Formats: sequence, C-alpha cells, structure tokens
Amino acid sequence: MSEEPLLYTERLSRRVKERFLVEDVNLSLYAQEVLAVVGPSGAGKSSLLRLINRLDEPTHGTVYFHGRDYREIPPRELRRRVGMVMQFPYLFPGTVAENIRFGPRQRGVELSDADVEALLERVGLPGYGDRDVSQLSGGEAQRVSLARTLANEPEVLLLDEPTSALDEAAKAGIEALLREILATGEFAAILVTHDLAQAGRLATRMALMEEGRITRTGRTEEVLHAYQILS
Amino acid sequence: MLTRYFHDPITLAAVQALIAGSLAFFVVFLSYKLQLRMERDISIALVRGLIQVVIVGMVLLLIFQEPVAIGFVILAAMMIAAAQTSAKRARGLPDAFRVSLYSIVIGSGSVLLVAVAIGVIELKLSALIPVGSMLLANGMNTASLAFNRFRGEVLAHVGHIDAALSLGASPRAAVMPYIRAAILASLIPRVDSLRSLGIVWIPGVMTGMLLGGSHPVRAALYQFVIMSMILTVSALTSILAVLLMSRRIFTPAEQLILRGGQE
Repeated sequence: MSEEPLLYTERLSRRVKERFLVEDVNLSLYAQEVLAVVGPSGAGKSSLLRLINRLDEPTHGTVYFHGRDYREIPPRELRRRVGMVMQFPYLFPGTVAENIRFGPRQRGVELSDADVEALLERVGLPGYGDRDVSQLSGGEAQRVSLARTLANEPEVLLLDEPTSALDEAAKAGIEALLREILATGEFAAILVTHDLAQAGRLATRMALMEEGRITRTGRTEEVLHAYQILS
Repeated sequence: MLTRYFHDPITLAAVQALIAGSLAFFVVFLSYKLQLRMERDISIALVRGLIQVVIVGMVLLLIFQEPVAIGFVILAAMMIAAAQTSAKRARGLPDAFRVSLYSIVIGSGSVLLVAVAIGVIELKLSALIPVGSMLLANGMNTASLAFNRFRGEVLAHVGHIDAALSLGASPRAAVMPYIRAAILASLIPRVDSLRSLGIVWIPGVMTGMLLGGSHPVRAALYQFVIMSMILTVSALTSILAVLLMSRRIFTPAEQLILRGGQE
C-alpha cells in the first residue's frame, strides 16, 4: 500500500462542551480496502464516520479526499462520493423505487426502471421496486438503504453498524451481501462495528478506537489480538 | 438660486441634499486619490445617515400630519409584539424573533396595504386598528402553530434528514416534507373556519354589522372578504416563517443544527 491514500484524516477532532467525541484522529483509507473501526460503545466510532461524511463539522483537523481538503468540496458532492449507510435504514415514506431514485434525483439524474431493478437485484431484492417501504422487514429495509446509497455511485462507503439493529438471521444476510459487494473492489470502505468477529470477517485492516482516539491500527489479526488482551 | 427652479419645498430639500451629498462624495474621491483608505467607511456612513434621517422624518410626518398615520405606527408596534409572542413558541429554533417579525410584517403588511388600497379597510383609525390587528393576530397565531409543528417534525426526523443530506440532498430538499407538514398543519384552523362559514358559525364582523342594521348580503360579503384576507395573511405568514426558519436550522456546510440536544 505504497500509493496515495484515497482518503485520510488529519488530527480530526470534534469537541462538544469540553468533551472530545473524536480527538486527533489520523487515519488513511486506500483504494479497495475495507478498514474496520472497532471499539466499545461510546468510543466515538459513529461520530468519526459522521465527521468523514461531514454531517458534523470538525472542531479541529480535517479530511483529505483525493488529496484535497474536504472543506473545499461542496458538501453535496462530497456526500455523494463518500456514501454512508446508517445503523437504521431511515427510508423515506413511499415505494422502494422512490427511495432508490432519491440520491441521483438530487443532482437531476433520473434512474430508469431498469437501473432501479439492477440495483435491487444487486442487494438481493429483485422485483421490490413497487413495494411500499412500510411493508419491508428490518433486513429488507437495510438492503434498500444500501441500494439507495449505491445508486449514487460512491467511491467510498461508510458503514455505520449496518447490522446491529437486525435480528441474527437478517444480520447474517446483510453481512454476506456486504462481503459480496466489497469483494468487487469497486469501493473502499470504512466499517464501524462493535462486533469484532464481523470486523474480522469483512475487513482487511483494523483500527481500535477508545475514548475518541485511535489507539491502534494494523492488520486485522494484530488489532484483534491486542484488543482481546486489553479487554 | 435653486429656489428659482424648485418651488416644492420637499423637492428643493432633496436637491439640496443631493448636492451636499455629492460634495461629500468628493471627499471620498480625495480619500481614494490620497490612498487614505476611508472611502468605504465614509460612503457607508453617508448612505446610512441619509436613510436613517429620512426615515425619522417620515415617521414624524406621519405622526404630525394626521391621526390615520398614527394607526400605522401603532400597527407596526403591534407587529413587533406579535413577533415576540410567536417567537416564544419557537423555543430552540434559531433567530426566531427575526423570522417571526419578517413573516408577520410581510404577510400581514402586504394584505393590509391591498385592503386599504381597494377600500375594504377605510383609512381611519377606527377601522385600521381593529381590522389590521385582527389580520396580524391571525398571522401571529399561524406562525406560532407553524413553528411549533416544524420543530416537532424536524426533531422527530433527525435520522431521515441526516440520511437525505448524506445522499447529497440540499437542506431544503432534506426538510421539504416537514416544511409542507408544518405549513399545512398551521393552516387547518383557517381553512376549516372558511369552509364552515355560515353553516357552523356566523362570525363576529357579520354579527356586528347585522346588529348594526346593515344589509345582510352586504354583511355576508364583507365577512367573506375578511375571512379570505385572514386566510391569505395566515398562508403568507406561515410559508415565510417556515421557509425562512428552514434555512436557519442548517450550518453553511449543510449540517443540521436542530437536533434536540443529542450528539
């Protein structure tokens, strides 16, 4: 991994009322890699992803995307290229197809029925376009949420605990789907999870986050080993 | 010398002000030539001074000239009080007083002017104050309802708004469903009262006119005029209040600020 990172953070910090949610984080993400950020709940993992998506503003430090300070990139363009899948799907009322079309529509692109169907097939929900989102199970909703993000053709995927709100069966399904999508090498991804086993199965590299700071980064096994000794 | 050409005292004064002002702008030119770097400050001070002093003059004119003008001053004071009242309903929303003031002044002010222009409201204190205050009170109530609903909708949908933003939506697009819900909800009482006019109730203005011996059809039509003006004021105020507020709950980097204390 000697090439330039696709995205890296430089002393990225967010402090709210004297408390650091994220403190001095320096992380690099290279093309095609899957970086897992693990750590106890409340360690600031989700806050870190929100900062990278610029849904929150850093109080210090910044993020470079393709070598460019992300504050110079219009937020909407940045968020399209660095897509995020949240813990809860937060689907908009209406049909599955309307949800899939939402992102591209924001920049004046209208997906055809065939485009929508192709995305739905990709997430294992062929023929679901006309369904109302209120009829979906938790796992199906999370698949739609993933397809909705993929519709924007992002370069980076930020996955914020994508399976933690699901039951065991749905969790296994989504994890298998993520593995399949990440294996294509189309995306670099940052996966935030508190599920160490899942991080081990999906990620190529791992960062351990504790109390807002990254305390260790390295190959998945190394970090897992260190974390297990610590806890 | 100028008095030979300008007989109207106001025009004469305006021309004099123009000439005096141009002289002062000569100072600006000098400052530029001599690189004193005071051009900006002086220009702003001149323009500001002119605007302020003319406004004061116009207010005094209104007060001195005829009592009707006092009516407008009183209505303006009422609008400020109304804005304060409805801003209190917007607890937690940024810049609420200013947003309420703008929307109430524009919403009720424009309809009030039209009403005076077409003669629905007579230009006398006894008509201007009561009908005007009725209009702006309705604007105030609608703004309060709209703020309250908008805040509730946004706080209940923080996750959806973040999701929309993270999909590349503009702040406006991300909160559009809640803008709509707030405006519609705030107008329900007005639409319902218009819909049930005459069937469920005979409102105050018409009742008063009937008791005063007016022709019933004339009283009915006048009541309809008042009701539709109230609806217009309410809709304008509500739309302005919610649209103006919807911009203020985001940072310049398009991040949602209004999150109910959660982080």
